[in-house]
Amino acid sequence: MNSTELPVWAAWLVVVFAIVGAGFSLTGAFGLIRLRTFYERVHAPTLGATLGMALILMSSMLLLSLIEGRLVLRDALIGVFLTVTTPVTLLLLARAAAQRDRHEGNPDAPPDV
Amino acid sequence: MRRLLPYPILSACLASTWLLLNAPLSPGNVLLALSIGLTVPTVMLALRPQAVRVHAPGTLARLAVIVLYDMVRSNIDVARIILGLRRGERRTGFVTIPLDLREPFGIAILSIILTGTPGTLWVQYDSNTGCLLIHVLDYTDGEEWVRRVKDRYERPLMQIFAP
Repeated sequence: MNSTELPVWAAWLVVVFAIVGAGFSLTGAFGLIRLRTFYERVHAPTLGATLGMALILMSSMLLLSLIEGRLVLRDALIGVFLTVTTPVTLLLLARAAAQRDRHEGNPDAPPDV
Repeated sequence: MRRLLPYPILSACLASTWLLLNAPLSPGNVLLALSIGLTVPTVMLALRPQAVRVHAPGTLARLAVIVLYDMVRSNIDVARIILGLRRGERRTGFVTIPLDLREPFGIAILSIILTGTPGTLWVQYDSNTGCLLIHVLDYTDGEEWVRRVKDRYERPLMQIFAP
């Protein structure tokens, strides 16, 4: 495979998707530092797990499809499994934090359900 | 039919996963995908998971479009908040939403939707009272969030997973 096989418009599209996707993931990582409380911080990494992930996968699928000359949708499975499993991790983290805050009687503890 | 295909959706998902992983299509792979789709769900019978029945496929498609739109928009909103591009005071807060949705699959999908849209975080769900506690990054009006979740996501999910 060499780069001359790829048309210029496709190369641009792949690069734009990859960079914008990586930018969203980076912003999410940056948010972990910038936001102040735990509950605010948990929102930040989901940027990388949703739109960041989707754009990077789209760029990867486009590149592979053009290089191999057929529709390659394998990467979509990464998206499916990531989307289905992320809530589990976030739910555990949020529940653990809520439990601790209520137990310690912290002022920003979530209200009882 | 019921004994041959106890979980048709699971069968279809397994077969298409196999085909996606082993593209390009060849007769051998199609045969393997079919046999996996037919055999693996019968093993699942031992676990006795509750069968899913999906009604209103049109509503499902409309919900998918709404969620996709909300996901992109909330990603941009949260990115702007993190990068400090938004002027004005921002408040965060907890919102309690009394859910009418009781179907386990519907609630699972709702948790995926709320996680998939940054800016809302699923904190706790109490299955006895049916109350859901979420944390929102951009808290304007609690009532507005309750209405948004109920109108945009809960009502379509109740139609889709109606018993």
